[in-house]
Amino acid sequence: MDEILHIAQPEETPKAKEKGRERDKTPKSAPEHAPLRAMEKIMGAIFFLCGIIAIVFVLFISVYLIISGLPAIREIGLIDFLFGTKWASTAAEPQFGILPFILTSVYGTAGAIVLGVPVGLMTAIFISKVAPRKVAGIVRPAVDLLAGIPSVVYGLIGMIVLVPAVRTVFGLPDGATLFAAIIVLAVMILPSIVSVSETALNAVPKEYEEASLALGATHIETVFRVSVPAASSGIAASIVLGIGRAIGEAMAIMMVAGNVANMPSLFRSVRFLTTAVASEMSYAAVGSLQRNALFSIALVLFLFIMLINVVLNSLLKKSRDK
Amino acid sequence: MKKTLAMLLSLTLCVGLFAGCSSSGSEESAAPSGSPSTETSAEPAGNEETSTLSGTVNLNGSTSVENVILTLGEAFMEANPDVTVNYDPTGSGTGINAALEGTCDLGLASRDLDEEETAQGLTSTVFALDGIAIIVNSENSVSDLTIEQIAGLATGEITNWSEVGGIDAPVVLIGREAGSGTRDGFESITGTEDTCVYTQELTSTGAVIQAVAGNPNAFGYASLSAVEGQDGVKAISVNGVAPSEETVLDGSYQVQRNFNFVYMADAELSDAAQAFMEYAVSADAADLVAGAGAVPVA
Repeated sequence: MDEILHIAQPEETPKAKEKGRERDKTPKSAPEHAPLRAMEKIMGAIFFLCGIIAIVFVLFISVYLIISGLPAIREIGLIDFLFGTKWASTAAEPQFGILPFILTSVYGTAGAIVLGVPVGLMTAIFISKVAPRKVAGIVRPAVDLLAGIPSVVYGLIGMIVLVPAVRTVFGLPDGATLFAAIIVLAVMILPSIVSVSETALNAVPKEYEEASLALGATHIETVFRVSVPAASSGIAASIVLGIGRAIGEAMAIMMVAGNVANMPSLFRSVRFLTTAVASEMSYAAVGSLQRNALFSIALVLFLFIMLINVVLNSLLKKSRDK
Repeated sequence: MKKTLAMLLSLTLCVGLFAGCSSSGSEESAAPSGSPSTETSAEPAGNEETSTLSGTVNLNGSTSVENVILTLGEAFMEANPDVTVNYDPTGSGTGINAALEGTCDLGLASRDLDEEETAQGLTSTVFALDGIAIIVNSENSVSDLTIEQIAGLATGEITNWSEVGGIDAPVVLIGREAGSGTRDGFESITGTEDTCVYTQELTSTGAVIQAVAGNPNAFGYASLSAVEGQDGVKAISVNGVAPSEETVLDGSYQVQRNFNFVYMADAELSDAAQAFMEYAVSADAADLVAGAGAVPVA
């Protein structure tokens, strides 16, 4: 307990000192200050506790995933697990290879980035540099609203509108394919790409652009040759954020991707890392190898997302240092 | 400093106190609130002794029966507050073994016992029937198939609807995820375990119906009770018999299987287990069984 309070102290001292100094200027009435100071300390402790809660959860989830994810990997063998191409968890002779899921998640995310980044970046440039104030005032909230739509709604509309449309347009037997999932993911990552890129573009110093215009460059040339390069690390961060969102999405793609454990191909039904966990968890018996293997998939997914977060943080740090 | 410490400690204590309260409190409150409402439903069953019934009913076996058993167990526990019904979803084979070894009161099997098993002294009681409807898009002209044709369509031997009397269009199988009782039922009845070629594996009956309704090439399977009155899909007849509760009950509709209680014929069941079994096959439980997606026997 004492230790916690010691850690809590540095956070509150600067503020406490300031307040103390302010109070010193006013005529002294020492007894009245005591409850105030106690209040300061209590609030400091409460803030500290709230801060600790987040860390506790992250630690708990990490430790839990590692503990429950490792047994199946040990039993199946790391190589067989990561590079096995066949997943048949309930077959008479079960097989637990998750390469199809890993590749699907990678391809699906890459596809979403390929489609979503150009559109998102252009939208950000439009809002930040090109659009008249009034138009930007309509487009920006619309994009923000897109971020607020629950993923199950994306999935539902994808399932009822997009999947049949993909089937008819490409003449496929069935429309629930990797392609449909990529389109849904591309739309879902738009808001994060637009808003982070826009912030980065807005932060480009006016002088850069004015200098470029003064040298005779047109407005559009200035945007692409000066503003975008100047905001590049912020834009990169927006892309990584989009990757994070796409790789972690489960509900929407579960409804449009078909969920069959095939090796990925654009017009085939596929299963992502996230949907592999979600679709089988409800029936896997506690303590069975199948259930443990699902935890192992979650662990792999967790490591992917950790990696993305590390990249994101280093990019954000870079952009802040500039 | 000390004050903060004291406050923190007391806060922790308070939280602990409430945490303790809520878990035990809810258990206590659940029993009295449940019993008055169910007494009325228990009485028509004519069980005067239900009020004194106590003990534990351990069930072990098929995962397919999960919905039915959990529904029945809940209702039974409400009517008999002193009885606990435990269900361990392991699989029909494990359930039958457990009944044989006496490690559970009643084994649960979603298949009938074979000769070897009955020779070891096991016997079974059917408590519900599982009717599985084969559904196609309502635009599909096919309306009747044999079990062999269904198996061929599912395993990918038949790839075009024209081979079974439909239009020239590819066949798309939309089914449930691995572990689902309906999938297990469909595959075991058609003899296509682990060989089905799925185009979509969805996690609910509703999603399967929705997907089949959205694709004229598709066919799938779903619990009989879930299919009735759905737009966009039609349940086809199998070997000329249309699926319905009647045809499942009289056995003429073939895509069905029995949900069985399995127990040793010469062993004496505990009072609680006996009462639970009687309750499950009684007319009182019929609505619950139907609600859980199966066809009641009574």
